[in-house]
Amino acid sequence: MKQPKVNAAKFLGKKRMMQTAAIAIIGGIYFISCLVLQFNTVEGIMSVPKAFTWLAVNFQPTPESMSYLPQIGIKLLETILMAIASVVVAAVIAIVFAILGSKVTGISKSMQIFVRGLASFFRNIPLVAWAMILLFSFKQSNFTGFLALLFMTIGFLIRAFMEIIEDEAGESMLALEATGASYFQVIFQGVISQIIPSLISWILYMIENNVRDATLVGILTGTGIGFVFDLYYKSFRFDAAGMTVLAIIIVVIVLELLSNQIRKVIL
Amino acid sequence: MLEVKNLAKSYQKDKPALTDISFKVDSGKFVAIIGPSGAGKTTILRSLNQLIKDDDGQILLDGEDIRAANKAELRKLRRQIGMIFQNYNLVERLTVIENVLHGRLGYKSTISGMIGRYTEEEKREALELLDKVGLSEFALQRCSELSGGQKQRVGIARALIQHPKVILCDEPIASLDPASAQNVMKLLKDLTVEFNIICIANLHQIGLAKEHADQIIGIRKGQMVYNDVSENLSEDAIADLYGTAAVKELVE
Amino acid sequence: MISKDEAQPILRKPSLRPDPQPKRIKLHKSSGSQWMINSVFISLILITIYTLTHLNTENVKLSDAFHGLGMTLNQIFFQPNAGSDGIVVLLQALGSSVLLAIVTTIIGAVVGFVLAVLASRNLTNAYLGAGIRSAMAIIRAIPTILWALIFSIAVGLGPAAAIMGLSFHSIAYLTKAYSESIEEIDQSTIEALKVTGCKFWVIVFQAVWPTIIPSLVSWTFIRLEINFANAIAVGAAAGAGGIGYQLFVASGMSFDFHEVGMIVYMVIIVAMLLEFVAVKIRQHYLTTK
Ligand SMILES: Nc1ncnc2c1ncn2[C@@H]1O[C@H](COP(=O)(O)OP(=O)(O)OP(=O)(O)O)[C@@H](O)[C@H]1O
Ligand SMILES: [Mg+2]
Repeated sequence: MKQPKVNAAKFLGKKRMMQTAAIAIIGGIYFISCLVLQFNTVEGIMSVPKAFTWLAVNFQPTPESMSYLPQIGIKLLETILMAIASVVVAAVIAIVFAILGSKVTGISKSMQIFVRGLASFFRNIPLVAWAMILLFSFKQSNFTGFLALLFMTIGFLIRAFMEIIEDEAGESMLALEATGASYFQVIFQGVISQIIPSLISWILYMIENNVRDATLVGILTGTGIGFVFDLYYKSFRFDAAGMTVLAIIIVVIVLELLSNQIRKVIL
Repeated sequence: MLEVKNLAKSYQKDKPALTDISFKVDSGKFVAIIGPSGAGKTTILRSLNQLIKDDDGQILLDGEDIRAANKAELRKLRRQIGMIFQNYNLVERLTVIENVLHGRLGYKSTISGMIGRYTEEEKREALELLDKVGLSEFALQRCSELSGGQKQRVGIARALIQHPKVILCDEPIASLDPASAQNVMKLLKDLTVEFNIICIANLHQIGLAKEHADQIIGIRKGQMVYNDVSENLSEDAIADLYGTAAVKELVE
Repeated sequence: MISKDEAQPILRKPSLRPDPQPKRIKLHKSSGSQWMINSVFISLILITIYTLTHLNTENVKLSDAFHGLGMTLNQIFFQPNAGSDGIVVLLQALGSSVLLAIVTTIIGAVVGFVLAVLASRNLTNAYLGAGIRSAMAIIRAIPTILWALIFSIAVGLGPAAAIMGLSFHSIAYLTKAYSESIEEIDQSTIEALKVTGCKFWVIVFQAVWPTIIPSLVSWTFIRLEINFANAIAVGAAAGAGGIGYQLFVASGMSFDFHEVGMIVYMVIIVAMLLEFVAVKIRQHYLTTK
C-alpha cells in the first residue's frame, strides 16, 4: 500500500513543479516583453478607466450627430454587402479547392500538398499587406476592399472546408464509392449533402468576421465604414465617431444573433 | 460464383498483410471470416471490391477478373458488389429512402446521379426493399434520427438495391446490441438465400458465425488457416486461430 | 409488398393512363431545415450578384489594374529586398510585433480565464454570467483596430495603446471560447466536488482547470496567431510601430514593393511557425488526453 502512495505524492509533486515552472516561464516572458516594449502594466490598467471616461464624455452622440446617420448607414450597408460578397465568392472558390485537396476527396497527393500550401499562403499574408498592395493598383475603390477580403477569406475557408470534409464526409463517401458511383456523384450525393450545415456555419462566421475586418481595410484604403470612422476621428468629430462605433456594434451583434438562429434551424 | 486465387497484399515492404489467400464461394451461401484483430479481415473484404488495391492474385466474379478491370469496368463490377459497414456509413442528413437509392448511383448517368434524380421504378423498388427490412414507415425520416440497428438495415437495403451478386459486410454487428445483432444476422442470412447471392461477413462473434454462416474462413496474421463448413469448426481450430486462452470466452 | 405484376404498368405508355400525372413518390418531407438552407443560399447569392454588379470601381480600368497588380506582385514575391531600412531594423520591428502578440495573448488568457469562470452557466449565478457575456459580446463587436485608436487618444500613440487595444479584444474572445469549453464539462465532475463543500475557487482549480487545459491551450494558441495578425494591422492603421508600421510605410509612402516583399516573407514565416506550433500543441494534447 505504501509504494503507490509515495509514487502518487511524487507524481503530484512533479506535476505541481511543472505547473509552477510553466507559470514562472510565462510570467518571465511577460515581464521581459513588457520591458522591451516599454509597457507599464500598472499604467496600462490605470488607462482603462481613463479611456472609458474619455469615451463616455467624447463619444457620446449628441442630437446633432443624428445628421451623420444617413452617411454612416450608407457606408455600413456598403460594408456589409462587401463582406457578404467577398465571403460568397471565396466560399465558391474554396469548396472547389477543398474538394480537390482534402485527404478523403483529394485527386492526388501532389494536389493535396499544393492546396494546403495555397491555403496557408493566402491565410498568412496579412490583411494589411493585401489592402496596401491592392490599393496601389486599384486605388481608393470598393473593389480594393473586396479583393483584399476575398484573398484572405479564401485562405481561411479552404482550410476550414478541408477539415470539415475530412471530419464529416469520409465514411459516407467510402460507402458511395463502393456502390460504383462516379467521382462527381460521390462528391454531390455523399460529400456536399453531408457537410452543408457546417459549410453554412463557417460562411456565416466569416461574414461576421469580415464586417469587422472591413473596418480595418476601410481605414487603410479609404472605403466603407472604416473610411467614415477615420474621417470623423481625424477631424475630431468624436460624437459622429461614437455613432459609427455604435452602428458597428449593433450590426455585428445582430449578425451574430441571426447566425446563431440560422445554425439552430439547419442542424 | 466468387473465386479468390492467391490474393496477396502488403501495406509496407516486407510486412505482408495478406499472403496467398484462396477460396471459393457459391451463390446462396453465407460466409463468415473470423480471426483476431489485425489479422487482415478488412483488407480481404476491401480487396474484393478494390477499395484497397491489392498486390497480387485473382478475384473472379462469375469468371470475370475484378483486378484486371479498368476504371469504368471497375465501376460496373462494383455495382454487383454491395458493401455494409460497421459504422453504417450513411449520409446522415439525407432521408432513409435517399440513402437506399444511393445504391442505384452506379447505374445512372453522372448528372442525374449528382442531382439525385431517380425513376419512379427505382423509388418503388426502394420502398419495397425498405418494407423487406422492416423500415417502410421510416422512408422519409432522416437517417440521423434512426437507431443503430435501423441504420444498419438501411445499409442492407442500399446494398440490395444494387442488385448485387455479392454483399460484403465488415463487422456489420459490432456496434449493435445483442438483440439487434441477432436480428441483422438473421436478415442477412435470409436475404442471401432469397436472392441467391453471396454474403461475406467479417465477424468477431464466433457463436453467431457458427449459427448463421454456411462456411467459415479463419485468418491469422494474413494467412488463411481455416476454410470449412461451419459445423466442422472445432474448439481446436478456434484455439489455433485465437490462442488457447481465448477458446472458453469465445465459444460462450 | 409490391409484386412483380404491379411493377409492370411502368412499361405502358403514359398517354394510355387515365391519370395524366402519375403519382410521384416523394424522397423527402418539406422540412424547416431544408427551407432555411435554401433561403440562406439564395439570399446570399442574390446579395452577391447585386453587390458585384454595383461595385464602385472609381473608373479604374480593371485590365490595367490587374496588369499593375501583376507587376507589383512580381516585385513583392520574386525580388524582395530589405530596402532603405535594412534587415536589422525590419527584424527589430518584427520582434516587437511578436512580443506585442505574446503580451496581449497572456493578458487575454489570464483575464479571460477569470471572466470565463464567472460567466459560465454551470458555475455562477445567472445574472452575473449574463452580464459578463453581454459585455464581452459588445467588446468583441468592436473591431480591434478601433479599440487601438480609442486607447491611442486615452494613453497616447504608441505600444501602450496597441497593447491595451489588442488585449481588450483578446479578453472578450477568450472569455467566450473558454467559457464554452467550461460549459461542456460534465456536470457530475463539478457536483462531486460541490457536495464535499469545496470553496468555489477550489472547485475551479481542482475540477475545471485540469479538465479544460487541452482546449484552453488550443484556444490560446489560436488567439496568438490572430493577435500576431492584429499586431501588424494595428501597427499599420494606428501607427503603433512594429513590422505593420514598416509595411505601411513601404507600401503606402515610399512605394518600395521590394521591401514590402521582404516584410511579407518575414511575416509569413512567423505566421506559419505559429501555426505549426499551434497544430503540434493541439496534437500533443489530443493524444495524451
Ligand atoms: N492503411 C493501412 N496502412 C498500413 N497498414 C495497414 C493499413 N490498414 C491495415 N493495415 C495493417 O494490415 C493488417 C491487417 O489489417 P486489417 O484492418 O485488415 O485487420 P482486421 O482483421 O480487419 O482487424 P480488426 O478485427 O481489428 O478490424 C494490420 O496489421 C494493420 O496494421
Ligand atoms: Mg477490420
